Amino acid sequence: MRYALMIALDESAGLRDPELQNDEISPEYAAFMKDAADRGVLLGGERLRLTSDATTVRVRNGETLTVDGPFAETKEQLAGFFLVECKNLDEAIDVASRIPGAKDGSIEVRPIWEQ
Amino acid sequence: MTPDVEAAVAEAFHAEWGRVVATLVRVTGDWDLAEECAQDAFAAALERWPRDGIPRSPGAWLTTVARHRAVDRARRARLGESKTREVARMAAGGEDIETSGDAEMPDDRLGLMFTCCHPALSFEAQVALTLRTLAGMTTPEIAHAFLVPEATMAQRLVRAKRKIRNAGIPFAVPPSHQLVERTAALLAVLYLLFNEGYSASSGADLVRCSLTAEAIRLGRVLCTLMPDEPEALGLVALMLFHDARSAARVDGNGDLIVLSEQDRTRWDAAAIAEGRLRLDAAARLGRPGPFQLQAAIAACHVRDQPATDWAEIAALYDQLYALTPSAVVALNRAVAVSMSEGPAAGLVLLDRIALDGELRAYHLLPAARADMLRRLGRRAEAAESYRRAFYLAGTDAERRYLERRLLEATA
Repeated sequence: MRYALMIALDESAGLRDPELQNDEISPEYAAFMKDAADRGVLLGGERLRLTSDATTVRVRNGETLTVDGPFAETKEQLAGFFLVECKNLDEAIDVASRIPGAKDGSIEVRPIWEQ
Repeated sequence: MTPDVEAAVAEAFHAEWGRVVATLVRVTGDWDLAEECAQDAFAAALERWPRDGIPRSPGAWLTTVARHRAVDRARRARLGESKTREVARMAAGGEDIETSGDAEMPDDRLGLMFTCCHPALSFEAQVALTLRTLAGMTTPEIAHAFLVPEATMAQRLVRAKRKIRNAGIPFAVPPSHQLVERTAALLAVLYLLFNEGYSASSGADLVRCSLTAEAIRLGRVLCTLMPDEPEALGLVALMLFHDARSAARVDGNGDLIVLSEQDRTRWDAAAIAEGRLRLDAAARLGRPGPFQLQAAIAACHVRDQPATDWAEIAALYDQLYALTPSAVVALNRAVAVSMSEGPAAGLVLLDRIALDGELRAYHLLPAARADMLRRLGRRAEAAESYRRAFYLAGTDAERRYLERRLLEATA
């Protein structure tokens, strides 16, 4: 089964953390991705810019409404995601628990709605 | 139908329902189909056993019939040709209805237990699924046992099964690095079932009371399937020790009888003996845990000699507190210390717990304090504490007990 592992982090806490501002992939994430690739579960994934760079688009009555910011004000924000192929939820949980962001943020494990 | 056959079907239902469903879930991957086919198999037993006699291995008979039903139903539902073939191949399984015995019959219940108690499901869903698929309780019975509308419970079960399918919750015993945590979750579900039933056991509500029996039954199955898991043995022992006293803990008016005043001849000696055997078996595995310690404490209370060894109980609570440092454990430990070292020593510990504030609304804290003050002869303070406990108590039986104590203290 395919799962999206979505990483949610508190950006306001992260801003104090130079790590989040850094262009380089941290050694922890590099190690996680190498490990996941070696196990053959990693299909893809991306790191997202901060929500201060986000734009939200809605179309209402044929009119496009564009606003600054993410679609929801929440305590934690989507910071990135991985797409993985796993045997079952237990394996997906196992992979999710190895993502460095699991230690200070949360990982939402969502099954892909296969067509 | 002869009562013999009726009893045999009822017994087979308790013993085999979960096993039949578990095997059908494994071979078909379809939970609803598995339940329907299990139901069909028991209906067939009611019809055929009076005529043909009780089979040598009821479980194997029921499983085989249920497998055949799965093939029939798959055909009738006009599933795609390949799906029907697949179910037929899996369900046939090559087992002969007359010759196969229990020994050759696979037991898939452990995997099913772990699926039902998967932490990706809400705790309520775990409990409901366990009762439906493993214990064979009907949705209306489960709804009644948890005091929620039937539609709510039906919806809860539908959602849980959908999540199992969509999220890929496996039907399997978890890998070793997840086993400890997941076993704890499973035991927690069984313990909740037991407590729900136990708290209702003073009433006449048979469905709620049957939860204790189901919890013990499933616990015994778990011990068989996980013979090296000491906490499973500990939990079953704990449940047995409590259950053994259930007949003696309320009087004819539904009033609570404290342990020291219970009629020991009404305790269930066989349950206590089984509890001891299981607790000994757990101890031999050499890995203590919270359920084993609670069972060891309960065992101290059901010894043959009337004098309770409170020093030993206090020591056991020390160990329990080290593993699970909760305020309730601290309170129980303080009570044990007050019995072994005297009420003054107990009061010192209670003061510390009260300072913490966590048990502010828990009636047993002022009740324990009242009891210690009474034993110290500080009657006015004792009465005040009984009064506070009375207002916080949750059930009528508890209030009546505290009222009697309050009257004694103010007499």
